[in-house]
Amino acid sequence: MNRPILQRARTEAEAALIERFDQGDRRLVGASDLRANAMRRFAEAGLPNRRVESWHYTDLRSAMRTAALVRAPETATLPMARECLKKPLAQTPAFRFVLFNGVFNAELSSEGALPDGVAMTTLSAALAAGDAEILDALRNAPDDGDAVVALNTALMQDGVVIRVAPGAKVERPLAILNLMSGGFGQAAFLRSILIVGAGASVMLDETTAVCAPDATQANEALMIVVGDGARVDYAAQVAEQGAHAVALHSLFVRMGAKATFNAFCLTPCAGLVRRQIFARLDGEHSAISLSGLSLLRGKEHADTTLVVDHAVPNCVSREFFRHILDHEATGVFQGKVVVRQHAQKTDGGMKSQALVLADDASMNNKPELEIFADDVVCGHGATVGQLDRNQIFYLQTRGLSRGEAESLLLEAFANEALDMVADETVRARYAEQATAWLAHRSRPTGEGK
Amino acid sequence: MLEVKNLHVSVGGRKILDGLDLTVKDGEVAAIMGPNGTGKSTLSYVVAGREDYQVEEGEVLLDGVNLLDMDATERANAGVFLAFQYPIEIPGVATMTFLKAALNAQARARGQGELQTPEFMRLVREAAQKLGVNQDMLKRPLNVGFSGGEKKRMEILQMALLQPKIGILDETDSGLDIDALRIVADGVNALRAKDRSFLVITHYQRLLDYIKPDTVHVMARGRIVRTGGPELAHELEKSGYAAFAGEAA
Repeated sequence: MNRPILQRARTEAEAALIERFDQGDRRLVGASDLRANAMRRFAEAGLPNRRVESWHYTDLRSAMRTAALVRAPETATLPMARECLKKPLAQTPAFRFVLFNGVFNAELSSEGALPDGVAMTTLSAALAAGDAEILDALRNAPDDGDAVVALNTALMQDGVVIRVAPGAKVERPLAILNLMSGGFGQAAFLRSILIVGAGASVMLDETTAVCAPDATQANEALMIVVGDGARVDYAAQVAEQGAHAVALHSLFVRMGAKATFNAFCLTPCAGLVRRQIFARLDGEHSAISLSGLSLLRGKEHADTTLVVDHAVPNCVSREFFRHILDHEATGVFQGKVVVRQHAQKTDGGMKSQALVLADDASMNNKPELEIFADDVVCGHGATVGQLDRNQIFYLQTRGLSRGEAESLLLEAFANEALDMVADETVRARYAEQATAWLAHRSRPTGEGK
Repeated sequence: MLEVKNLHVSVGGRKILDGLDLTVKDGEVAAIMGPNGTGKSTLSYVVAGREDYQVEEGEVLLDGVNLLDMDATERANAGVFLAFQYPIEIPGVATMTFLKAALNAQARARGQGELQTPEFMRLVREAAQKLGVNQDMLKRPLNVGFSGGEKKRMEILQMALLQPKIGILDETDSGLDIDALRIVADGVNALRAKDRSFLVITHYQRLLDYIKPDTVHVMARGRIVRTGGPELAHELEKSGYAAFAGEAA
């Protein structure tokens, strides 16, 4: 194993992560060159901090002083997972794949035959078998040299690899549940892949949750390849994690021609969440829509950072993200749309809107357009504001209390974002969580700090 | 009965109402007329409970209870309704959802049970039909994309559902064509009752052809400078407000 050449002051967490890899973990099966290269990149860069431009507002190096432990799944924790699956959050009509403590768990996953046109294997099996298509996909992930992605590649334990056959219209949604038992500082490194064949369509619902919320650290990555003429609807949320938890989620999207991809991300959770999306439009006449809602309170920190790369002409991209921030919470939205020189007739629109409810809450917006083509329509808008006093007054003159008026306005603000969720069942589930979040706020104990 | 006594109000250090006295008896329709900038809208906002105004002196009593001790919500629940000159748009809140929230809030405040959905739907449908408010409007976000006339009709619809003790109409005629004016006026007239009074604020005589006032007050420089019957409105229409500008000084 190659030792990193560059030595510099490392944090305890960085040293522990590098050491874990260098000592060799027999559970890290396959893709050894890919892993070694990735770990070398990570060792050089270290955990992202304020000096890394794309991480300027989320200082992971400071937030993650120690590296949590990766432990083999213990059978003793299985009952915990089963209890966890009874929660409303985990209820879904979808065909579900459960990754428990970093490893695919068939027992916890849906029983019976996979929907027609869907094939599934685990990442560990694919890597052990040296699956060329999967290795290729991993190698070509458009990750902008991100250190968190490099760390994921080096230490990825398992994940699901789902293939949807060309032309298959998958009626039943698919779901991936990344579940950790929690209860101690526990880490998981997951990498899943969804490859959707030409003309196929599928819905994927991904949830990250912890049974016993604690200082867990999840580093997850999902790669979605959308074939020519295919449609993928995707919804993701991080939920039920502790106040000291860190969840890092990287989504890679590669799109063929005449393809459609819709993503929605819900972030109502404790701790620190960084969701990064790297999307590349490789085929003409494709449309991508990325949207999300973050509901933050306490000292929570949520960062959505995305790059949409228009590599070809005639594509449409839309980004629409909303934040509600209370107490001392911090929100980050960084959106970068790249239009390459020959990507003429690109139509791009990006919007970020935030409501800041308390003096100590903050929102950081950084929209960026990098346009090298000359015949495009691209725009972005970012707003940060408080609830409108005129609207509150109007509602009060109709008899609503100040608290009721605020709740109604916040719910409306959230609902307009939730309208972007393509799947009705998922939308209803997310709306319930948003309502619960708002109800918590309107309780007397939830007011102020 | 609404009694405004010696009301002094300022905004940002600028005096707007300067010792205003006004009484509106139960069942009375009182019109307030006056030129721009005399504080007519300020009066409506102060009675409804908007916070941006500094009340320096005076009282506003509804049936003997001082409204100035209450916030806007409590005043609404006590029976004050303000039909806004510029109704506020509330994106993301369906009109029907809003109406239900408002009706239930007032029912709760008055110690009554919340309305059952079928009963609520029936009430809204009936009131909407009278005002020419179609079902589609009720599904749309409140006031968003409504025309001027639609917004005003929506205000009157709310007033009909909330059944206030006093309805304050702040330039409800502005932005309305003749047909819309008639619909709105009919809506108001249908609500006239011996235990409900109205304060109709307007620049023009025209609205008062449709909503016949019992009394007409002329406001200038932050106070009432003349009070009379309906004939006063006609006089103003002929002579204009110039004659009154000096009376308040």
